[in-house]
Amino acid sequence: MTTTARQTGASASPYALTHLDALESEAVHIFREVAGEFERPVILFSGGKDSIVMLHLALKAFAPAAVPFALLHVDTGHNFPEVLELRDRTVAEHHLRLHVAKVQDYIDDGRLRERPDGLRNPLQTVPLTDTIRELRFDAVFGGGRRDEEKARAKERVFSLRDEFSQWDPRRQRPELWSLYNGRHAPGEHVRVFPLSNWTELDVWQYIARERIALPEIYFAHRREVFRRAGMWLTAGDWGGPKAGEPVETRQVRYRTVGDMSCTGAVDSDAVTLEAVITEIAASRLTERGATRADDKMSEAAMEDRKREGYF
Amino acid sequence: MTGTTSPITAEQLSATTLLRFATAGSVDDGKSTLVGRLLHDSKSVLTDQLEAVERASQVRGQQAPDLALLTDGLRAEREQGITIDVAYRYFATARRRFILADTPGHVQYTRNMVTGASTAELAVVLVDARNGVVEQTRRHAAVAALLRVPHVVLAVNKMDLVGYEESVFTAIAEEFTAYAASLGVPDVAAIPISALAGDNVVEPSANMHWYGGPTVLEHLETVRVGHDLTACPPRFPVQYVIRPQTAEHPDYRGYAGQIASGLLRVGDPVTVLPSGRTTTIAGIDALGSPVDTAWAPQSVTVLLSDDVDVSRGDLIAPTAHAPAVTQDITATACHLHERPLRVGERVLLKHATRTVKAIVKELPYRIDLSHGLAHEENPAALEVNDIGAVVLRTAEPLPVDAYAESRLTGSFLLIDPADGATLTAGMAGEPFAARPQAPASDDDGWDF
Repeated sequence: MTTTARQTGASASPYALTHLDALESEAVHIFREVAGEFERPVILFSGGKDSIVMLHLALKAFAPAAVPFALLHVDTGHNFPEVLELRDRTVAEHHLRLHVAKVQDYIDDGRLRERPDGLRNPLQTVPLTDTIRELRFDAVFGGGRRDEEKARAKERVFSLRDEFSQWDPRRQRPELWSLYNGRHAPGEHVRVFPLSNWTELDVWQYIARERIALPEIYFAHRREVFRRAGMWLTAGDWGGPKAGEPVETRQVRYRTVGDMSCTGAVDSDAVTLEAVITEIAASRLTERGATRADDKMSEAAMEDRKREGYF
Repeated sequence: MTGTTSPITAEQLSATTLLRFATAGSVDDGKSTLVGRLLHDSKSVLTDQLEAVERASQVRGQQAPDLALLTDGLRAEREQGITIDVAYRYFATARRRFILADTPGHVQYTRNMVTGASTAELAVVLVDARNGVVEQTRRHAAVAALLRVPHVVLAVNKMDLVGYEESVFTAIAEEFTAYAASLGVPDVAAIPISALAGDNVVEPSANMHWYGGPTVLEHLETVRVGHDLTACPPRFPVQYVIRPQTAEHPDYRGYAGQIASGLLRVGDPVTVLPSGRTTTIAGIDALGSPVDTAWAPQSVTVLLSDDVDVSRGDLIAPTAHAPAVTQDITATACHLHERPLRVGERVLLKHATRTVKAIVKELPYRIDLSHGLAHEENPAALEVNDIGAVVLRTAEPLPVDAYAESRLTGSFLLIDPADGATLTAGMAGEPFAARPQAPASDDDGWDF
């Protein structure tokens, strides 16, 4: 093959890019803009599919050189072991530098208190913003996509955060063409979202096309789960189940990977990438609507957390 | 229906192309209904989203689910029942994937529509069939023309309220097409619809047998895109220099960037601007694998035959079709910020991958889009949402194309050096394609 673009039947033009090639090209452009304009960028990396795709794009953007960014994982302490295993394997394979900010450390020394509902995702904001400040990161890549949530649909690709990491949706910079404005004052930083224009299905199709390795929890497997707030949660040391929450073994998989306290599994028989793609294409539920407790707290849950510095 | 409910194979989906489009419409033209119907009928509104809208509508005491709540993502938008900002939506059919820049029609319409239109290959302008072409319609057409959106769809909505009369549609379509042609819009498709009743949005209408054209979705699926950029002279802004300096690649020195326009081929003689050094393309890496040819908008890495000095901000162009470099730029500007832009102001200008200092030398005129493009000469300032001409002097020479030739190397931003705010969007050259033109070989007043 002498060209990367697949020529398609949908357009008469021999130069039309497929949607995946167009999205890939745009994301690579965003990575290179940040490398060209910022001093200390970092990639938020959880070992979930979006951050794995982000890292894959960064590897392509700078090949054959190394990715010129470090990684940062905000560890809630309630992670799936399979995800941490893949995180560490990936870091070693590509000789990357990984920073880990631990929610557990903040709870242990009293800077954060465990929430009554046991959710730890909302607690990530403080360790995240502290680490950005302490390590003086000026650009922070996140795998957020605009299709995930209606507040995220309003997010810029380059999103300026003040010295408190806050997002002010009414004071966003207009963003035109592919001219991204990354200027910021000392203490401020920019959140950068190279996957802004990708959908859940795009991410899966890209994973299939590029043969990207994922944690096994994304594929159907038998697992001990229990029902809470309409979701199947994994039983484990993190705090579930409580009395009256019977454990069952079910064939499930995960559509999204947050921490175990707020990420629900879906019943599924999809054991291959192709089956996962077919399942998502037919699903009547959104990724987050199906399985994320943290978004269900209120109509503006995501917007409110983003304002405080969450992704 | 065009295959939107039948199962789509992974292979079909990955072979689809991407269309970026923007919608424009005034407050009551039914834009939300049209967007809602496109999303809904293409299976892009899922059960949990609909349930959330139903719940929120009930809480507000509304009888029917308010589909605007699907798209109004911010607390303030829902509270006030208005759309504040551009939002991006995603949907797909078996033939194509779509990125829709949903631009609000109410407040700050020009700024928002300019933002949405800057990346759009197609704009849908909505008109209420009862009102016909109004001031807002002309404004939307003008913005689409100004931003050189290649395709414009006129959706004449609420046909159900004018008895599905062909004559009503024809009169509006003729008036709009003539106005758009006077602005230089190359391609207008007019479609009579009722977004509420579903006529000609996704399904062909049973009420307008006199109309033989495509539905809105069919047109979006089949309109030809992606070829214009590759017909233009090649432009390659250098974003980043890749130097692995490893045992495996001791001498690799690649220039990374996204091709802004045209085709690049191995062996092409090229000039590096602004230095003017010439060399040839020795190789092209398309994200890790070597290729012979690459084209816009691919992100690639270019290797050059000679060890010339190239860094971020430089532009690589074919020696035979290199743009002139200049420190004097005349452009059409859309002012985006509440702080007005005045003569004498010192700003930063971001063009492709280079940011330079600049000074505003002149504001020759301001265009009043609502009154047939009337000019106000030498305005005191450009206020937010104003469109006008600006003359700039830059601290360093820049290879600026006419925006009409290249949307990416003909556009720039003005940035406030004090706080980094994005002030103004600039498009080099004349605003509208159909203004009186000098013979093609002459310098027709554009800035290079």
